This record gives sequence, structure tokens and C-alpha cells, in this order.
Amino acid sequence: MPNPPFELTADDLDAMAVGAWILGTGGGGDPYFSLLEARQHLADGRRARVIDPLALPDDALVACVGQMGAPLVKQERLVDGPVLASTIPMMEAHLGRRFDAVMLWEIGGNNGFQAVLAGMLLDLPVVDCDAMGRAFPQADMTTFAICDLPAYPWTMVDLRRNRIIFAEAEDWAWMERMTRRMCTVLGSSAATCKAPRTGAEVKSSTCLHTLSQALRIGRTVIAAREAHEDAVDALVTAERGKILFRGKITDVMRRTTEGWLRGTIEIEGLDADQASRMRIAFQNEFVVAWRDDQVCATVPDLICLIDSSSGDAIGTETVRYGQRVTVVALRAPSILTSEKGLRHVGPRAFGYDLDFHSVFGEYVA
Amino acid sequence: MMRIGIDVGGTNTDAVLIHEGTVHRAVKCPTTADVTGGILLALQELLRVAAVSTSRIGTVMIGTTHFTNAVVQRRDVARVAAVRIGLPAAATLPPFVDWPADLRDMVRGPVHMIRGGYEVDGRPLVPFDRCAMRDAARQIAESGVAAAAVCAVFSPLNPDLEQEAGDILRQECPGIAVTLSHELGRIGLLARENVTLLNASLVGMARATVAAFRTAIAQAGITAPLFITQNDGTVASAEEAAAFPVRSFASGPTNSLRGAAFLSGLEDALVVDVGGTTADIGGLVRGFPREANNVVQVGGVRTLFRMPDLLSIGLGGGTLCDPENPSRIGPRSVGFRLTEQALVFGGSQLTCTDIAVAAGLIELGDRGRVSNLSPAFIQAALARMHAMLADSVDRMKTDARSVPLVAVGGGAFLVPEHLPGVAEVVRVPHAGVANALGAAIAQVSGEVDQIFTESSREAAMASAQQQAEAKAIRAGARADSLKLVEMEDIPLAYLPGNALRVRARVVGDIQASAGVRADDPAS
Repeated sequence: MPNPPFELTADDLDAMAVGAWILGTGGGGDPYFSLLEARQHLADGRRARVIDPLALPDDALVACVGQMGAPLVKQERLVDGPVLASTIPMMEAHLGRRFDAVMLWEIGGNNGFQAVLAGMLLDLPVVDCDAMGRAFPQADMTTFAICDLPAYPWTMVDLRRNRIIFAEAEDWAWMERMTRRMCTVLGSSAATCKAPRTGAEVKSSTCLHTLSQALRIGRTVIAAREAHEDAVDALVTAERGKILFRGKITDVMRRTTEGWLRGTIEIEGLDADQASRMRIAFQNEFVVAWRDDQVCATVPDLICLIDSSSGDAIGTETVRYGQRVTVVALRAPSILTSEKGLRHVGPRAFGYDLDFHSVFGEYVA
Repeated sequence: MMRIGIDVGGTNTDAVLIHEGTVHRAVKCPTTADVTGGILLALQELLRVAAVSTSRIGTVMIGTTHFTNAVVQRRDVARVAAVRIGLPAAATLPPFVDWPADLRDMVRGPVHMIRGGYEVDGRPLVPFDRCAMRDAARQIAESGVAAAAVCAVFSPLNPDLEQEAGDILRQECPGIAVTLSHELGRIGLLARENVTLLNASLVGMARATVAAFRTAIAQAGITAPLFITQNDGTVASAEEAAAFPVRSFASGPTNSLRGAAFLSGLEDALVVDVGGTTADIGGLVRGFPREANNVVQVGGVRTLFRMPDLLSIGLGGGTLCDPENPSRIGPRSVGFRLTEQALVFGGSQLTCTDIAVAAGLIELGDRGRVSNLSPAFIQAALARMHAMLADSVDRMKTDARSVPLVAVGGGAFLVPEHLPGVAEVVRVPHAGVANALGAAIAQVSGEVDQIFTESSREAAMASAQQQAEAKAIRAGARADSLKLVEMEDIPLAYLPGNALRVRARVVGDIQASAGVRADDPAS
């Protein structure tokens, strides 16, 4: 695994898609459409340059882009790199300053690719870090919010040329509220350039090297699959994760509310878990898992639903009756499991009156 | 009444006659290039050996890999006009974007992307550009393509734009075959569009094929209705099958798996179906094919079908063996020319069937014509075949436990008595015609797709299931065999009263007594 700087090859894009989808913990949307678009840009001679966040000058200006909305909507509206990239010059015009690089908002799912697409289209280097280390549904669930960095300004664009600048916000929760409302008005899908960051802020207040992590996970799964080995076991071993449950999906309940996809899935156990059931609640991403009505895992531990045979992630918008799945827990970055972090991304931040007990046993009060 | 099940494979056409749930007679004939000839031959042979009158045949059920083979082998696919209603969304990913280049070059006709479509909450994305739609239809008419595929953003929520586009196309392009995406797929624009494009490219061929089936049955003197088996082990009328050939894509392996379950009496097992060209390995779970989990590729095209989870390798009775190197086997096959081209049948090609005859695994043709093969060569070739099978069987297992393996198909003799990880290789009577038998025992289904308002999700789903069950029973299903195979609900936030669209699909075995007439003497 090379350290940045490096350029993403076509194979890297494939691996990143697999890894980012797993880190999406059910949300963030299937990166497949972005992968298709990125492949086209690469074939057209555009470059995806990845740089190390630790090598950024403190005064560098870094754009942070992401797609917002319900993953289900992306299944129909797909993605559009040029629309996403257009949020960056809009922000530059607002600030009166040019960006030096672009970083990922969230590595998980489709959003992991948005910075890569923008970087390819605008010829900006992509910084190997993100603000979540996974995927989360809300802007106040980022390392930026945890570290009390300014929440504004944001630019927002939809595919119809509706363009909005959120000049200021009281805090991250307000920025989330205002942008979410607007996103719903725009059809539960909008492209955004979030509050710009300096090089110093990127170094101190992000999840570092998560793009590399997605690449590594993707390569592990693809290699296991090609060697006809168990891809889920390979993933769990390589990432020091934990298998929580194996079974078959018996019910999926979904509803799109306030621009999110919410609901629950039910899994009937197979093999060693034959006598048990698992229920997992989601808000875009998987939030809490209950095994036979006992809490088994919660955010911010990564609760990943994996296709038992292929090792591919399954999203909350594509999970369906009859699928055979393995529920895997992966470790969250320590910034999320800190006391301050849990206030933003612990179970209570999602409305569940539960303490966080990591499945990895590292309880953080 | 008796039922005939026919499997039209790439190499052989098999036919079975079943009566009161047991196999009465079975025959195997070579598939002919014109399809009709092979079916006619198989039917005539079946009626002759069974010595029954055509008036006692209640139904004919045909399963065929014809449509999927057309895509896989890149033949008989027609050029298609693609109409996507959804701009300004998804402009960077046009129709055919993720198709393999060779198939795309054969199928891609005029591509029109038009403004329109819906939001997730039912509002229009942008106003539907009807003028552009009419212009597109006129250009499609000028292009002369015979089929069109229409896919609109969020059409599974509201199909009206697709229906309107279909009407415009039929007005401007008389005789064009139009496939609308909401009839075939669920949420997921690209995969649904791919399925729609594939279907449109096969409609012409499907109509001709189904017509050939009808001709063969009529020429055999049978007047019973014709049904075509579908991906999920149920049947559709011939008209419906001709309009939606993609729904029959996976019927071959489905039939083979269901036939194997019926013949072996096993509910949970792996099944290997060795045909002339490939060995297909699948799993039985409670008597039904184990389904593939996610995206299924058909000929390299990404689709969202429910398909049996299947591993196909190039190993069959007609698979070629390198005479210089016994460990080089396949993937090329002589296919339905086995009986002309294999050594034991007087031909000049060394096939896996020749190796099996030389090894004494089966008696076929003239064994003297393979007597020059050295025992070392034969052993090496068999070892290679067994290794190919062992590897594939292992890949299809879901856990480390040993499982029974049911060996069916005309080339089942290539499966050894012992394979690693296999508890027992199960051989069954009529193993050579498991596919045709699977077709003959195909099930009937009942489906409901309805919007419920002012009722709880549980009540709406229960009601949909009950209605689907009632439909299946009316279609001839046995009440105690009904099984829910699909259940999906989509909340329709744009309608008042907690509107919920619920789709339920139930399948069941055909009632043994269904269709039996009073004057039908038991045999």
C-alpha cells in the first residue's frame, strides 16, 4: 500500500468503490454510478491525484464536497460530477479565493467518490482524509462539528440550476437543519460544497488516511474473491473487525422522511445463529442492531451489512427480502468514540436512549 | 390429463410426459438449428414410446435457454431505440453506459434523453418535454429500428410518463415493439433500463421462437395450451413470454434445480447439471433454487433480476479436449453437433464424452474409435475434469459442511463418485431430463400490486398476500403448497392517507387433480 502522493488507477477506482461501500455502513449510496463516471474521466485522460493531509501547508485552502439526500433517490437520479463540481467555483466566487485541494466529506458510500470526481474535473488534488471515517446522515455528525470548527459557508446546487449560498449558521445543527430542509425541497438530493477548511484544520480535525483505508479494504475483498476465499472472513481479519450475525433478510421496512431513508430490517439467523433473530434500525446508515431484542451494537461502531458470498456491502436502499447476509462490526476512528465525539455520533444523537458500548470492548464513558 | 415438459437446450431437446405426479416417459433428441424440428421430433418420439393419444395432453410447458443464449452468444439480438425520460438527471450516464462494448455495438440504436420524470415524493422532476418526445419518436421511425425501450426516472412510483411515451411511439412508429421499464423492474434506474433494453432487443426473436414452438406442437397434433417457464419456476402464457423474454432468462437452471429436487426427494443439496456445453452448479434450499443476492450479470449486462445463484463452467459432454494435452479442456464445445463430431460417433473431435467412453464410464457410439487413447492420457483428462468440478462445487458451498450433490443432465456421467466436501453424489432416474421435468412441474403464481390507504403497513401486507394467494389458487395452485416469494412495500409520500404501494407474489404447485376430466381414465 503506497503512501500518498499517488494517482488512482482504474483498478484503484474499483477497489475504492468496494471499500467505500463497506465503510458506508448501509448508507452513502452505492458508489457504482460514481465509479462509472470516474472511469470515463480517467479514460478521457483526467487524473485523480491523492495527496497526504499531513503534507498540506497550514494555510492551504481545502474544499469539502459531498452529495446530500436519500440514497434511494440516487438509485433513480444517479450522480452528476459536473453538477457536484460546480459547487466549488461557486464557493470560490463567494470567498474571493481559490482552493488548493479538495477533501472528502464522508468516505462511506458514494460520497467517498464525490471529491475524486470534483478533483478529476477541476484538476485539484484529493486529500486522503474525510470528516466522518464512515458515513453518517447529518452534518453535525462530523469531526468538524466535534472539533467546533465553523459550520459555514455552504454552497448548494441541484440538477436544475437552483443555486443557494448558506452564508452563515448559528452552529452545525442549524446548518444541518437549513440545508436538510432545502435538500428535501430539491427532491431529497443536492450537491454541496461545505464550509472550507485550512490545511491546519485538516491535519488536526479529520479522520486521516481514510481514502487509503477504503482502497485497502477493497483490495482485501477483491483479492479474497479472486482466490475463491471467504471475502467476509478476509475483511474481518484484515480490519480486526467482528462478525455479529449471519442470516437471511425476512423483512424490510423503509420510509423516506425529511430527506432521509429510515426504517428497520429483520434477519433470521442461519448456521451458528439459527435460533436467533437480528433487527437493525437505520437512518440512511445502520444505527442500532438488536440480537433477540438485546442491544448488540450501536453507532459509532460501524455496523456493516455484507453479502455473505461476494463480500460486497448491501445498502439500506437495496437490501431486500431473502438476501443472505453477514452483519460485521468495524472499528470507528477514536475521534468519534471520544466523550465529545459520542455527543455528536453516539446512540443518543440518533434518538436512542442507550450508552455506547463498543463491540470491541473499549468502552468510552 | 397428462402434462408434457420440454427443455430446449443448446445441445439437446428433452421431453417428458408426466401423469399424476410421476414420470411416465422421457425422451432426448438433438436440438436443431430451426428449433421447431427438434421439438417436433422430441414430441413425436415421446408420443410414440408412451403410446398415448394427443387428446390426453392437458398442457405443454416449454423451458428454454434460447433467449439468454442469444445475449450470451451475441446472436439474434436486434438494434433498439433507447428513450430515457429524466433529464436533467443522470446526463453523464446515458443508456448503455455500462454495457460490454461488443454487445452495445450490436444493440445500441438511436438514444434519446428527454426532460421529465418524477421526484421521490411524486412531484414532476421537470415538466415532461412532450415535443421532444414526439420528435424523438419521429426520428426513431426514420431510423427503422423495430423495437424501443422506454425508461423514466421513478417510473415504479408513477408509470404514466412511460405509458404516454409508449403511446407516442406507437403512433409515430407503426408496428414498433415497445418495452416499458416499469413492467420489468423496480427502483434502480440503470439496472431497470438495462433489463428493458435487453428485453426490447429480444422481443422479435422471442416472438419468432414462441411461434416456432406453437408450430411444432400443432404439427405434432397437440391442441393443448402452451406455457413458457419463467426465472422463478412458474409459467407464463406464450403471449406474455413472447412480450417479456427476459423473464425466461434463468428458466433453464431453475427447471434443472427443481427437477433435481423432485427426482432426488432432497430439499437441501447442491445440484450439478452437466449438459453438452456447460456444467451449471446451483444450490437447493428447502426445495427451491438458492437465489443470487445482488446484481446479476447477463452476458456482461448488469441487471436486477431475481435469479438462481449459479456457477457455470465450460465442461459438458461436448466440451473439446486437447489431444496433445489432457489437462486442457474446454471451454469450446461441439454443442448439438456432438453426434456428428465426437470421435465415438465417427467424427474427428476429441470431446469429454469420448474420454468418458474410453474410461468405461458410459457406453455410447463406437468405443473402438477411442481405443488408441492411452490410459495415462484418459486418467489425466478425467483428473482435470474432476478438479474443475471440485473447485466449482466448493465455491458454491455456503459453509464448510459436507453436502449431498445431485448429478443431473445428459453429461452427468462426467461427475465422479467422490468429490472433496461432498457427502454423497446422488444419482437419480431420468437425470438426463431433469430440465424438462422441472418445466413439467412448473408452478403457478399469483401477484398483487396495489395501493393501500388508511391501513397499517401490517394490514396492507397481509391483505396483499391473501389476495395473491387467492389468485394463485384460482390459477390452479394447491393451497397447502403456497409460498410467499416476493413482498415489497413503497410508501407513497405524495398521496394522502399514509398511502402504501404493496407488491406480493405467491407461488404454488399445480393441483394434481386440476384439469382432470371425468372421462380421463387413470393409466
